[in-house]
Amino acid sequence: MRRSLLQSVLVYLCALMLAVFTAGPLLWLAVMSVSMPTDLTEVPLRWIPSDLDFSRYGALLDVADGSGRHFLSALRNSILTAGGATAIALLVAIPAAYSFSRRKASMVLLFAFLATIMMPPITYILPLYSAFSSLGLLNKTVTLVIVYAAMLLPFAIWLMKANIDVLPVEVEQAALMEGASTAFTLRKVVLPLALPAIAATAMLSFLVAWDEFFYALIFTNDLSAKTLPVAIADFAAGRVTDYGVIASVGVMATLPPAILAIAFQKFIVSGLVAGSVKG
Amino acid sequence: MLGRRQKQEKWMLLAPAMFVLALITMVPLANTLWLSFTDTRITAIAAPVHFIGLENYIYALTDPDFQAALYRTLYFTIVSVGLEGVLGIAVAVLLNQPFRGRLVLRALIILPWAVPTIVNAVAWRLIYQPDYGALNSLLYQLGLISDYRSWIGDPSTAMNMVILADVWKNFPLVAYVALAALQTVPDDLLKAAAIEGASPWKRFRSITLPWIAGPLLVVMVLRTIEAFRVFDIIYVMTSGGPADSTKTASFFIYQEYFNYLRSGSGASYAVLVAGISAVLILVYYSAAKRQAAGGTA
Repeated sequence: MRRSLLQSVLVYLCALMLAVFTAGPLLWLAVMSVSMPTDLTEVPLRWIPSDLDFSRYGALLDVADGSGRHFLSALRNSILTAGGATAIALLVAIPAAYSFSRRKASMVLLFAFLATIMMPPITYILPLYSAFSSLGLLNKTVTLVIVYAAMLLPFAIWLMKANIDVLPVEVEQAALMEGASTAFTLRKVVLPLALPAIAATAMLSFLVAWDEFFYALIFTNDLSAKTLPVAIADFAAGRVTDYGVIASVGVMATLPPAILAIAFQKFIVSGLVAGSVKG
Repeated sequence: MLGRRQKQEKWMLLAPAMFVLALITMVPLANTLWLSFTDTRITAIAAPVHFIGLENYIYALTDPDFQAALYRTLYFTIVSVGLEGVLGIAVAVLLNQPFRGRLVLRALIILPWAVPTIVNAVAWRLIYQPDYGALNSLLYQLGLISDYRSWIGDPSTAMNMVILADVWKNFPLVAYVALAALQTVPDDLLKAAAIEGASPWKRFRSITLPWIAGPLLVVMVLRTIEAFRVFDIIYVMTSGGPADSTKTASFFIYQEYFNYLRSGSGASYAVLVAGISAVLILVYYSAAKRQAAGGTA
């Protein structure tokens, strides 16, 4: 259907408003991170920096600097935690997904799995805290890895199951007829075919773990295990007088997920849409 | 049919997943349930624990502070998810129109989703900053306010400001789901209705909206479940304040546990919240199941 001129103007106006609303806050965060500290305390604000100041990024990437040490150890912890949890979640999820897909494990059980992680974490937090405390496991990356792996597991199983469902079953059956074990079939037949699905699942899992805050807040208390979200909350709550420092940490923590999200947009959007609608 | 070996395998393949989930979710849930019937406190030295029956629940259910926290959670959930729904549909309808830059805009709106929750909270806290914040400056320069305001320092505006930040982060998910659904609306149907003389609004109301209602409902129930447990954004932006005006249920229980160290009492609040969540989760599954079965309403 053809649009009238008025309708076209309206469409572009809405598009512009949406673009400003979406990009505005992020753009401002980026601008703050490179503004001169004095520009950020002017009333009203100086929107265009009088000069560009990249020193905050320099400090964040410098181990000798106080905020740099905080940031870099949090970055390391976040990568280890999210990476480790993703690896364990996939390792456990793939056989489970195969069971749901090819061994007709009950879907009610899968729903129960999903229900456990849809519950508010506040329901689980105290017993976990007490248990980790008495086992001496507080403030350890490995603790977060285990908790995050459990948190990622149901969704990973669900996503992998949906993908194994659409793989051709004939090759597997042939392999099993020949006397191959299920473990062998899973490794040599199913895994290579499911590789794209595994990559997509891994990426989404990593992003979810990268974002997690609540468990990390309760279970960690210093540089040895604190993840980026907790470190950022510290930066924001601390006595930092230069808002640009907080902004630069925010930009750094956003870059990895933002790059992944833009680069693998199709993957992620279809995963999200399927994941939230098909239950 | 599955052979006996395959039946055994079915459970062996599931065993690791069941073990991990039992350990990290089922055991703690049972433990929380047990705690809720006791007067346990978090103490440095082990103190005697008494079974006190329903006492915590009787207190919790008549506690005006908890009721207020639940009410705030409800307000946050309904307004956030409602706005995300309206904005999500509007954005999807826009992105379903042909115009130059459409694909760029569609890619752009994934960014709020990708921003970590904590960064989102920190960024908006800076924007709302009372003395030098961008919102104050922008509204002042546009002539909409004559004095800078303390957006999240004022109990009358704090919650709505937190909601705005939450909507910014979460509308993309709803928009993507709505857009995917819009692309399945049959063109013939809309064209036929247009020929019959139905106005654009009428076509949207009686054809488009019912067509996309199924998936939309499912994603909004999912968002409701997530919004109901809100904690992170509150912790960073307002810590439940000012004057408790943003203290939601999760934050209330967090304080009961880790500030007041009343684990027994806290557990009873947690069980109540878990019960409400369980109902929402059941609604989600029935909506998702109907959607999977091919229903459109």
